[in-house]
Amino acid sequence: MKTCLVVDDSSVIRKVARRILEDLSFTISEAEDGQQALEKCQETMPDAILLDWNMPVMDGLEFLAQLRKLDGGEAPKVVFCTTENDVGHIARAIRAGANEYIMKPFDREIVEAKFQEVGLI
Amino acid sequence: MTPAEYDYLRQFLKARSGLVLSNEKQYLIESRLLPVARKAGLQSIAALVAKLKEPRETILAEAVVEAMTTNESFFFRDKTPFEHFTQVMLPEMLKARAQQKRIRIWCAAASTGQEPYTLAMCLKEMESKLAGWRIEILGTDISNEVLDRAKAGTYTQFEVQRGLPIQLLLKYFTQHGESWTISQNLRSMIQWRKFNLLDSFQTLGQFDIVFCRNVLIYFDQPTKTDILARISKIMTPDGFLVLGAAETVVGLSDSFKPMTDRRGLYMPNLAASASAQPPRLSMVAGAGRTF
Repeated sequence: MKTCLVVDDSSVIRKVARRILEDLSFTISEAEDGQQALEKCQETMPDAILLDWNMPVMDGLEFLAQLRKLDGGEAPKVVFCTTENDVGHIARAIRAGANEYIMKPFDREIVEAKFQEVGLI
Repeated sequence: MTPAEYDYLRQFLKARSGLVLSNEKQYLIESRLLPVARKAGLQSIAALVAKLKEPRETILAEAVVEAMTTNESFFFRDKTPFEHFTQVMLPEMLKARAQQKRIRIWCAAASTGQEPYTLAMCLKEMESKLAGWRIEILGTDISNEVLDRAKAGTYTQFEVQRGLPIQLLLKYFTQHGESWTISQNLRSMIQWRKFNLLDSFQTLGQFDIVFCRNVLIYFDQPTKTDILARISKIMTPDGFLVLGAAETVVGLSDSFKPMTDRRGLYMPNLAASASAQPPRLSMVAGAGRTF
């Protein structure tokens, strides 16, 4: 079973994402900000990371930069999932090493399509 | 809706568009046709049916057909057909048409345009292999409303996130608020035309590749067989037909044969139609794209 780390400061979003991803047969862990997410990744590297942008302590983009420098940090497929929906933000995320990008609001079909896109399902 | 009204609408739709509704589709008719009725100032399906029975009620009749035949579409829908397009069909055509350097493609149920635009993006992505080639894509649909959307090439944030890789969104679309419009460059690769699959194909010309996905499912068996036979007559003998994931020619038509290990991909069955190849029709001047 593949693992996915859901990183979002909103517990509601984490719950929705967990439900969708569990239906797609992922084992889920959660983090509330980039710092927590980084610590989780240092313990065990997940197969996938669903990543919010704007979060307290450490934002998604900073987390992604740190992640890609870690040992094995190139491996996880990172899918941004954020209300930031302009070309500038999307381009920055891709340059920083994101594999896909979801603009909120999202639904089951979008998550499934994006995870398929990066070869996770 | 009374059984008589339902029967009337079923027969009306079958005659006008070939659409075949089974016995239990009252909910579908109500959900799609009540908005049409209200827009026309009518309060119920009963009033709509009464109005349709009036002579010369063509505008309402067309709105009814459009509402019932409009279907959801997404970019790169089902993925595999587009892998077949870039990995099987195009390489074969590049060899077979090396002299003419010309390929004609028909999307027979283009809907809101995602399928032809996906093909256009696939072609742009392999542009380096297409230098000097002229490639025409014709997108047809029975509904004017969806064709207008297709021509505009503008999609909601939801629509561009189903199946379209983010890299291609950045590359080929421009953003206006929460909607995204495909580039003029790609829009100019496609010709659009309102077309009913029950009508004669003679005016369309000849095609090397035909995408006819998720539309045959709405027709009854004799109509499916007839459409497949007529498609085979306007295809080059070495051309390719693509059907939807849940569709097949098996048991319906010997005009095409399935390709081994390529689900959904078919070639004209030369043994069945050896005598029926028409002369190659002249091309429409100015259409398509030279790479």
